Amino acid sequence: MKRARVAVGGAIHEAYEHEGKVRLTDGRLFSEEEVEWLPPVQPQTVFALGLNYADHAKELSFSAPKEPLVFLKGPNTFIGHNASTKRPEEATNMHYECELGVIIGKTAKNVKKEDAYEYVAGYTVANDYAIRDYLENYYRPNLRVKNRDTCTPIGPWFVDQSDIKDPMNLSLKTIVNGQVTQEGTTKDMIFSIPDLIEYLSHFMTLNPNDVILTGTPEGLEKVNAGDEVVTEIEGIGALKNYIISDKQFQNS
Amino acid sequence: MIKARGLFNNLYQPVEIEVDPQTNNVAYHAKSYSANDLHWGVPTNATVYGTALNYKGELEKMGDLLHNDPYKAPPKAPILYIKPLNTFTPHQSNIPLPSDVKELQTGAALGIVLKKTAAHVNASSAFEYIQGFTIVNDISIPHESVHRPAVKQKARDGFCPIGPWVVEADQLPNADNLEVKVYVNNELKQTNSTENLIRNIGTLIEDVTEFMTLFKGDVLLVGTPENPPLLKEGDQVQVEIEGIGKLENSVVAE
Repeated sequence: MKRARVAVGGAIHEAYEHEGKVRLTDGRLFSEEEVEWLPPVQPQTVFALGLNYADHAKELSFSAPKEPLVFLKGPNTFIGHNASTKRPEEATNMHYECELGVIIGKTAKNVKKEDAYEYVAGYTVANDYAIRDYLENYYRPNLRVKNRDTCTPIGPWFVDQSDIKDPMNLSLKTIVNGQVTQEGTTKDMIFSIPDLIEYLSHFMTLNPNDVILTGTPEGLEKVNAGDEVVTEIEGIGALKNYIISDKQFQNS
Repeated sequence: MIKARGLFNNLYQPVEIEVDPQTNNVAYHAKSYSANDLHWGVPTNATVYGTALNYKGELEKMGDLLHNDPYKAPPKAPILYIKPLNTFTPHQSNIPLPSDVKELQTGAALGIVLKKTAAHVNASSAFEYIQGFTIVNDISIPHESVHRPAVKQKARDGFCPIGPWVVEADQLPNADNLEVKVYVNNELKQTNSTENLIRNIGTLIEDVTEFMTLFKGDVLLVGTPENPPLLKEGDQVQVEIEGIGKLENSVVAE
């Protein structure tokens, strides 16, 4: 099943995908454009992975890490499908990152790789924008690059774990203004989903609605105000986002 | 006695209390208690953001390293990190010592508790956004490098004692000049003051909310002083902040 959280008629609803449309729990049916999309989970602790695809690490001139490069994100950064992400006027290097999001379903501590999927509730798509102008070498990637307001669109759907036979074999792509700019497959992750759940749960407790953003493959391109950016993962969904200048954002 | 908010015993949300920061005594409904007679909860459940290298002494200790690899240049913006939900733990709880680690590092931090949504705040009006102040012991596994996010060193279960309570902002007019002390097994091990911050409270809130919205209940730590005391199994640690009180926890093998 594909689930979502949407706002309609002044209230927040749980919704489901129904023949390409959005069905609320009370049965009402809407088109994708008629609802306001919210992040499909209210994220608890959110982990993100840096350099988790070998080709991407190479693209940024890094050797592949020996241990997962994990950082955390706060609730301020998330927005839903079809929303706008603000881009500072002065930024020269803002890029998208198409990522598979793994949603934890139950409390996980000291989980072994072979049991990891029992702790996964489902999957979603995230676009983990980075503004590299603000990179500094302290706790890098620092929050000013990776935890900015509106800079992590997520959704549209929360796809049940049981619906995805092999999450480690899904194609990913990013389409900017109709042109495919990034293509990859989750096969190329350095640390797989079970690796990451084992790694994290070995030193801390994971809780329901924690989310792991598993990193992005190569193919990063800069984005500019006015761009339409779609990050898409096979079987999970296509997450659409618009880049807007911070000035315009402030007045909109 | 000064006004504070606390969560204890069977309460399901924080209530107004009066506290004596020097004795850690509490008054509630005309009865008085010692803090350790009550069973405390964590007084917030929102996001806790830490700030690294915000004490002048801490940055000075880095010295030339700041200009060398991998840092290359001194920091410009506040260096932030997140203490996630699994780390939160109340006054008097046990801090788990992981089996593969011998010592933990104390992180005596003044915690700014947000009163309302704060975005693009000016330093001059920052105090309008503050509900109050609490004590946080930002526990870490000792690590030298601040190059990569220290999730494995800082985000272990029970690594963020918070409390015992939140003192109302108007009760602490001198928050930019508070003495911070750490006692280990009742022995004074560290003394510093929030007057030694690189970014004081107002400036820190301005520079953080420039790119990141803080929400009601979020806690922003002002930083942890240089030369943090180390803790081993069985140690009792007390972080005392002038005008707030004492936060006490014990280190217990995981």
